[in-house]
Amino acid sequence: MDRDRPPSSPGLSLRVPGFAFAGVPVLGGFALELRGGETTALLGPSGSGKSTLLRMVAGLLPAPEGTRIAASDGGPVAGRLAWMAQQDLLLPWLDLIGNVMLGARLRGEAPDRARALRLIEAVGLAGRERARPTELSGGMRQRAALARTLMEDRPFVLMDEPFSAVDAPTRHRLQGLAARLLAGRTVLLVTHEPLEAMRLAHRVLVLRGTPAVPVEVAVPAATPPREAHDVAVLSAQAALLESLAEATAEAA
Amino acid sequence: MSGLAEAAASRRAGAAPLPARRAWPRPAAAAARALVSGIGLIALWWLFVWATDQPHFILPSPARVATALVDRWDIILGHAWITLQEILLGLVLGTVLGAAVALLLMAFPPARRWLLPVLLASQAVPVFAIAPLLTLWMGFGMASKIAMATIIIFFPVASAFYDGLRRTEPGWLDLAAAMGAPRRAVLLRIRLPAALPALASGLRVAAAFAPIGAVVGEWVGASAGLGYLMLHANGRSQTDLMFAALFVLAAMALALWFALDALLRAVLPWQPDRISEGETTTP
Repeated sequence: MDRDRPPSSPGLSLRVPGFAFAGVPVLGGFALELRGGETTALLGPSGSGKSTLLRMVAGLLPAPEGTRIAASDGGPVAGRLAWMAQQDLLLPWLDLIGNVMLGARLRGEAPDRARALRLIEAVGLAGRERARPTELSGGMRQRAALARTLMEDRPFVLMDEPFSAVDAPTRHRLQGLAARLLAGRTVLLVTHEPLEAMRLAHRVLVLRGTPAVPVEVAVPAATPPREAHDVAVLSAQAALLESLAEATAEAA
Repeated sequence: MSGLAEAAASRRAGAAPLPARRAWPRPAAAAARALVSGIGLIALWWLFVWATDQPHFILPSPARVATALVDRWDIILGHAWITLQEILLGLVLGTVLGAAVALLLMAFPPARRWLLPVLLASQAVPVFAIAPLLTLWMGFGMASKIAMATIIIFFPVASAFYDGLRRTEPGWLDLAAAMGAPRRAVLLRIRLPAALPALASGLRVAAAFAPIGAVVGEWVGASAGLGYLMLHANGRSQTDLMFAALFVLAAMALALWFALDALLRAVLPWQPDRISEGETTTP
């Protein structure tokens, strides 16, 4: 699997001048540096604009005037990022391997079938290549979505609550799998789950205040993926939960 | 933008109730129920004719109709074959045209601005009112009937498919955008397959409408076809023959609908009802 990992992904710097939705300011102005090859988790109360920010970075929403999104290596950002959403978004008319190779097909490129097969194996779905999404469980579908995201082989990976639609044990396994397979990429992970952030992220940010700006929260010293039963992770998770509760109270 | 959708919805609502989403556990049980209902209706019919002593040229008994069906089988079959060809050709042409216009509307925004109002306005013209014109222009042969069936099928197909093309799951479009898919690929590889179940609903409506178009065309002016045969028989008080032709027409329409439904289910295994099942979050 090592050849599927970029040796070092560039960092990503964001400068957002502030963002209003229907006249109400949602995001305040801030600058944010995502360090190359690291996972940065972004948390915040509902409606704090975390998904909006992620969608802006992904180019799915028009960014407001003055927004700057730049890669640290000076290269372009567009075309170098992969997107993983809360829903698996598997196309029901394609089988598993067809879904994993979707990006290449859409761009009119020849898909790398051997690599798709390796990734399907890596997410533990070997033997189900021809299965339709309806024949897969929710956890399997999300693993298929992860394989599709990795198939894009992009240095920047944007994840919008990628594991929130599955139950806790499945989520736990998926997090470990994702952390292993995404190692070396620059990941921006939007989540509402403190434990997920503390297990997976090198840096954890909470959107606080009105309009919201990201505030850094301390993380345990160990490098991710961290063990869920690690005492440092648990206490960091508790601190993060409190910070989130405060942020929610501020926003209310 | 939603005008077309609403027009289609109201039109569908006004159409004959279609068994759109059957949940029959066993086809055999359903067939048995249909058979019992059919036999019951025929018995009631017979009872009514016997009790009221209707003259046979007003309401023939089931036995007379059955006799006509058997005795005139070759004539009925010949006319039925003509009508079936009109229906099938109309169905194919109407579907191709309707699907093509829906794709055109989706692919080219100017087409939407110029064509959509015309399409909606065209629905204000009763299709039956232009049947004499079609006969005038295309003659008494099959062409005018095929045109009639095509016109009647075109709109439900175009509106259902266009609706389907527009209502693509937004997440799929986001995903395609993030993958850097060109517009054309999004239309052909995401929107189009995603809209096929909607096109299938349009086709089911079309299959129910097509025989109406063909028969109305035959009534207005024809030298062959079940509609012609029925009108001819009616004029000569051969009511039994008329009923026999009507039965064959109804049987043909039903067979067409069920054949199409079975075909659509076979080629589109991802019907919307199945997608919702797949969206459950349990692993």
